Amino acid sequence: MSTASVPVPTALTRRKPPASVRRRRFLMAVANHSMLIVAAVVFLAPFSHLWPNPFRWQNFVDVFHQAPIFRWALNTMIYACLATLGVVVSSIPVAYALSRIRWRGRNLAFGLVLIALMLPPVVSVVPLYVMWAKLGLVGGLGPLIIPNWFGDAFSIFLLRQFFMTIPEEYLDAARVDGCGELRILATVVLRLAKPAIAAVALFSFLYTFNDFFLPLLYTRENPSRWVLQIGLSEFRSLHQVQWNLTMAATLLVMAPVIIVFFLAQKAFVEGVTLTGVKG
Amino acid sequence: MASSAAATAQPLDRTRARRRAAWRRRRLVLLLMAPWLIGFSAFFGYPLVMSVYLSFTHYDLLSSPKWIGTANYRYLFTQDPQVGEAVKNTLWIIAVMVPLQVVFAFGVALMLARARRGVGFFRTIFYLPALAPPVAATLAFVYILNPATGPVNVLLKHLGIDGPLWFQSPSWSKPSLVLLGLWGVGNIMIIFLAAILDVPRHLYESAELDGAGPLQRLRWVTLPTISPVILFSVVIGVIAGLQYFTQAYVAANVASGQASQAGDQTVNNLGYPEASTLFYPVELYQHGFRYFNMGYASAMSVLLLVVAFTITVLIIRNSRRWVHYVGAAK
Repeated sequence: MSTASVPVPTALTRRKPPASVRRRRFLMAVANHSMLIVAAVVFLAPFSHLWPNPFRWQNFVDVFHQAPIFRWALNTMIYACLATLGVVVSSIPVAYALSRIRWRGRNLAFGLVLIALMLPPVVSVVPLYVMWAKLGLVGGLGPLIIPNWFGDAFSIFLLRQFFMTIPEEYLDAARVDGCGELRILATVVLRLAKPAIAAVALFSFLYTFNDFFLPLLYTRENPSRWVLQIGLSEFRSLHQVQWNLTMAATLLVMAPVIIVFFLAQKAFVEGVTLTGVKG
Repeated sequence: MASSAAATAQPLDRTRARRRAAWRRRRLVLLLMAPWLIGFSAFFGYPLVMSVYLSFTHYDLLSSPKWIGTANYRYLFTQDPQVGEAVKNTLWIIAVMVPLQVVFAFGVALMLARARRGVGFFRTIFYLPALAPPVAATLAFVYILNPATGPVNVLLKHLGIDGPLWFQSPSWSKPSLVLLGLWGVGNIMIIFLAAILDVPRHLYESAELDGAGPLQRLRWVTLPTISPVILFSVVIGVIAGLQYFTQAYVAANVASGQASQAGDQTVNNLGYPEASTLFYPVELYQHGFRYFNMGYASAMSVLLLVVAFTITVLIIRNSRRWVHYVGAAK
């Protein structure tokens, strides 16, 4: 009897806001969503214009007749896959040494990584070109792939930030069990850092897939080593083809990236956030 | 006797063991760091030193470098007619594109942070263009902004407006590139969104109790809290602006519409139209890899390095006045 007459406290404190406030909030939300929808339509418009109108499969078939797309795609895959593998394999141990092992000069080394990250790569292209020319590798994919096997500053930075968040207890537990540092790296750290490694691999793959500057420098004179991006940039002038075919080719080059994104969306967003917010 | 010998031997053994452990540790660090040590020396340190050396030489890759003192720099600063244009274009694109990108990305992120439904869906749409290969995105924009047949000018014509010549016009080519840059703003947008969602709720609540309206909360709570992220994106944007190349190269190449055969050195459409898209890296590329003036291109890259370093330091120095680090005191 007495308990029933006592009002429930939460009902007291959680009063509904007055109708005017609710109406204003509702209108604000509607305005916000309408702006978002308009912006989204504008953002999607460039993609929609790539689509052949009226749609013709023949366009995509013609693209393959016009230019050696398979050759370009193969070169792109060789570049992107070997470079990505190199980045992952060479950056993990460096990031581990920079985060979970204490040694003199560690902060200095990390500072140098940050400087390498900040300085524009354009600055070093001339001497590197001279170097690869002397080694006789200009014209092939070697100068694009080889540097990736010696640690990539951005990937080292991203992996280090992630390794720092692994609780020391996990590593200590492994050390007590008699694991050496290499075993710890290969078992505990790699297993825990899977999302960060996935992000690094994705970024590296995308970067090399989209890369235009380095392939232009090293393979411009040798069309048999062209990657998709070089081929696409020359596509229109190669045979004076029409715009509709050029747009079909553009769509073909964009498609893999978009497919990869939808397959690995979570890793992407986590990776971008990891570099931005904690940087 | 035996016990005292053991007493002296034990610490000796211990120091030896410790020394061996320290040595093993150093060897381990060296092993782990090896890829980066080699890479940093060969692909960063060596080119840096070589750049400075080559900048004082005349070098065309065929004969060995010839020392010419500061002639490259003197030509660069006083005589080169194109470098002034390239510097102006680069400053233009940085001064216009970076602030617009930051403001635009912030606006979109703010709308996304307030959305109640479909956040994931909208985020995907705004992020997608950032993934599109720059070459493909540029091609798409040259097509869309085609003065005669492009959908944008067709739409403007329906509205009774004569659209500009976009990539074909010296005064509209850079604004066209800015539009392309705004389309690909997704990376900054995602970083901003994460930062805005990370702002502690209690800060908003206490501001609201103090009577702050939505705009005041934005000015005094959101902006100061995410200011380190804004700084980060400005620095990244400026460095990217100093290296602006692919979009300018492709846009000029395609918009000029010239039948340039592969490997044809005589066709020169860099900077089209009328050197309006001739940015500093494009000019550097032209000297280094079309004319093979390696010495002069090196002088240009040394100047770029100095400028990039100075700008980065200046921005970070001045940022102390407007960037607030939450919990930086600890």
